[in-house]
Parts: sequence; C-alpha cells; structure tokens
Amino acid sequence: MSKLLIEGVSRTFAGVRGGQPVKALMPADLAVAANDFITILGPSGCGKSTLLRIVAGLEAPSTGRVLLDGKAVTRPGPDRGMVFQSYTLFPWLTVAQNIAFGLRERGMAEKERDGIVASYVDLVGLKGFENHWPKQLSGGMQQRTAIARALANDPEILLLDEPFGALDNQTRGLMQELLLGIWERRKKTVLFVTHDIEEAIFMASRVIVMSARPGRIKSDVAIDLPHPRHYTLKTSPEFSDLKARLTEDIRVEAMRTAQNMAVS
Amino acid sequence: MRPLHPVSPGIRTVLGISFFVLFVAFWAWITLGGHVNRIFLADPLSMLRDGWRLLVEDRFWLDILITIWRVFGGFLLASVVAVPIGIAMGAWKPVEAFLEPFVSFARYLPASAFIPLLILWAGIGELEKLLVIFVGSVFQIILIVAVKVGSTRRDLVEAAYTLGSTNNGIVKRVIMPANAPEIAETLRLVLGWAWTYVIVAELIGSSSGIGYMIINSQSRLATGQIIFGIIVIGLIGLLSDFAFKAFNRWLFPWSLA
Repeated sequence: MSKLLIEGVSRTFAGVRGGQPVKALMPADLAVAANDFITILGPSGCGKSTLLRIVAGLEAPSTGRVLLDGKAVTRPGPDRGMVFQSYTLFPWLTVAQNIAFGLRERGMAEKERDGIVASYVDLVGLKGFENHWPKQLSGGMQQRTAIARALANDPEILLLDEPFGALDNQTRGLMQELLLGIWERRKKTVLFVTHDIEEAIFMASRVIVMSARPGRIKSDVAIDLPHPRHYTLKTSPEFSDLKARLTEDIRVEAMRTAQNMAVS
Repeated sequence: MRPLHPVSPGIRTVLGISFFVLFVAFWAWITLGGHVNRIFLADPLSMLRDGWRLLVEDRFWLDILITIWRVFGGFLLASVVAVPIGIAMGAWKPVEAFLEPFVSFARYLPASAFIPLLILWAGIGELEKLLVIFVGSVFQIILIVAVKVGSTRRDLVEAAYTLGSTNNGIVKRVIMPANAPEIAETLRLVLGWAWTYVIVAELIGSSSGIGYMIINSQSRLATGQIIFGIIVIGLIGLLSDFAFKAFNRWLFPWSLA
C-alpha cells in the first residue's frame, strides 16, 4: 500500500475583482511509497508549493483528496512535518525549545523531551548552540534547526518547500548532504519541492517534473543512483545524463511560462 | 550634507546637548535681559529658586508622588482591561467584528471632556483621576494591540499547526509570545500619553498633584513654579520611559539579540 496517495487534487483560485478564476494546479495523481524520497521539480508558479501545502493541510484542494496511510487529510497535523522556505523558527524560543515545540504541544514531560531534543541537536550538528536565539544563527543553521524541529515530532511524512532556496550555493550543497545523510540512516517518507534541477536529482529516489501554469505533473523519473551519495556524484556521467534530460524537460516549461507572461 | 549619512556618537551627543544649552541661553537672554515682563515669564534662576522652595517648604514631592501613583494606577487599570480584549480581537475575527466599530468610535471621545461626568459619578477623589486616565488609554491600547496581534506572521502560525498545535495552543504559545514585545512597546507609548491626561485631571477639581500646583501657581502669577512643574513632568516622563525601555529589553532578549 502507498504511504501517501494524491487523487485528482486540483486548486483553482477565485478571480480577483470579478476576473477569470486562476487554475493553479490541474488535477494531479501521485502515489508515494513508504520511505521514498520524492522531489517535485518545476518552474516558478507551477503549483508545486500549492500541491505541498494541500498535502500539509494548510490549503484545501478544489477537487480530489489526499490520503495518508489511508486516512483523508482535512487539516494540518503533526503526522505531516513541514519545513518552509522562509525562516519559521519561533524567535522567542531557543534552538532547543524550538526543537521541543511539537513534543511540548503533545504534552510530553520535560524530562522525556530533553533526551529527544539532545539527539536531534546532535543529528543536525548544532551541539553548543542549544541556547542560542534564532536571530543569532546563520540561515543554514536556522534551516537545520527547522529540520530537527520537524523530525523531532517523528512525523509519518516530511514535507519540505524549497527549504534551501534562500541559502548560498556552498551552504546549500552541505545542507543537501546533511538531509540526505539523515534520510539514508533513519529512513522517512519525504516530499521535497525545488526548482533546482541538480538538487532534485541528487536528493531523490524519484523526481516528479511539473509543467508551467496551469501546473500539472508532466513526468515521473526514477533516480537509481546508488546510496550513500557523496557530493562527487554530481560530476559523474550518470548524473550528467539525468541532468541533461531534466534540463530539457524544464526548459520547455520555463519557456512556456515566460511566453504566457508575455501575452497576459 | 549627504542625506541619510550617519553621524558619529560623539558629535551626536554634542549636538543633542547644545540645543538644550541654546534653549536655556535664549530663555535667559529674553528674561534676564529684560526683553519680556517678569510677570509673564520667570528667568531660569528664579525658576530654580522657586522649585527649591517648593520642594523644601511646600512639600511638593508629595504632589509628585501622588501624580506618579495616579498615572501608574490608571495606566495599570487600563492595561489589565485592554490587553486581553485587544488580543481577543486580533486573534478571533468575530470578536473584532463585534467590538472594533465601537472601540474606533470611543477612541475619539476626548478623555478631558469626560471629566465633568466622571466628577458627577465618582466625585473628586482618587477614583475620578484614575478613571480619566483609564478612559483616555483603554481604547487606544485595545486598538493598537488588536492590530499588532492581527498581523502575526502567518508562516509561524502555519508552522505551529504542522507541529500539532491546537487553536488554543496557537493563541497561547504563538500569537501571545510573538506579539509580547510589540504590546510592551505599545504600553510604553500609551504611558507617555497618560502623563498628559493626569495633568488635565488635576487641573480640574483637585487639591493635590503636580497639575494642582500648576493651576494654583497661575492664580499667584508664579510662572517660575509653573515652569518648574512642567520640567518635573518632563523629567519623570523621560525617566519612566527609559526604565520601561530597559525593562522591555530585559524581558525580551530574543527580539534584540
């Protein structure tokens, strides 16, 4: 049985001031197996973030439904952890308190929380920064904390919405290795949205390519590169072949988006 | 001068102090130099002399204490009522729809115009003074707090939901801590206005306080005392503002780190 099932999910936004309604997402179907790492790749405005937010329960689909372990998603919940592109650490809580937030909301005793928090601080390499405020951290460290915060809750699926989009190239590469390393060791079902082709291939066991507005799923590419993956993989011939293929796919879509913008 | 170009801290201090010096020098020049009649404006030296006599002989410090107590009493009363209402309005839109039109209207009712009514209702005792400050502050605080709370970062709220927060958890553990520093800043601002209301309250139907001393001095043309009273209000306002600022900084280290 699939871990996550997306069945005919679409999203239409009401027109502004009596204008035409905007179709952000055409009906999409997707089945995600347990412990799969899926990246959703597409140009800006293809509805990939909308799809992820519907899975998270932060937005309601116009049609269709999302099933997690056979249960329909109606609202956000701790079984679907999310990491956002913007920095969403709670600024009034320290790194450790941020990571403990979900456990605290669940009513877990402080003693029990401390052990779990310590292990996740360790996992994302933030030892020594437990008592720092988010403002004192670099962007990469903030996103590492956000990942630890989502994982500490032990969600059924981890959703990431361009989590490294605001980071510089070097930090981004390190963050990719860190997240992939965690996934290789701990196994988790992951849905990862990005517009970066290299990132999509490097992280994924499957890349879902989305088309330009109105967004729909265009292709579904299995990535059979071996694990554990090392950053040198990005310069291997197999990687280059996949990159060339996806670049072509995405280029067509990006050009279509640009043309749509030119006419509208 | 280059627009928006910063000034060094040393020059900033010198410039800030030099205006005070110029101001007092101008004041001394027009009064001591005989350019205005002493009846209308006392010179700086006799102002200081009058102030010293007020403090030592007329026990003016008691008036100062009673005014401070009124300001903080009325202000605390207003805060205790207004902050929860403001948070409720910002967080729950039906509450906002219910109260916002009335509060917006009530905010423009001048507190000073209520003084005759409040005297009828509460007499000329302490309660009336507190109520003037209360009426002047409470609607302002409600509205500003409601607006701040209403503009809570949505991504933080969404993040909390994905971590399992309930609706009540969002209000208690996201909306309230996220806005606490701004609410404290709002209270600091409104405390400044409370100083204006208290003096107005003391000018009418009062027998103690800084405002009473000022109106009393007017009938005796003691302009030195009036100016001394005004300067005392300014100094206390400045001090309480500094203290409030320091307190906020101590309370919310995360918002400035």
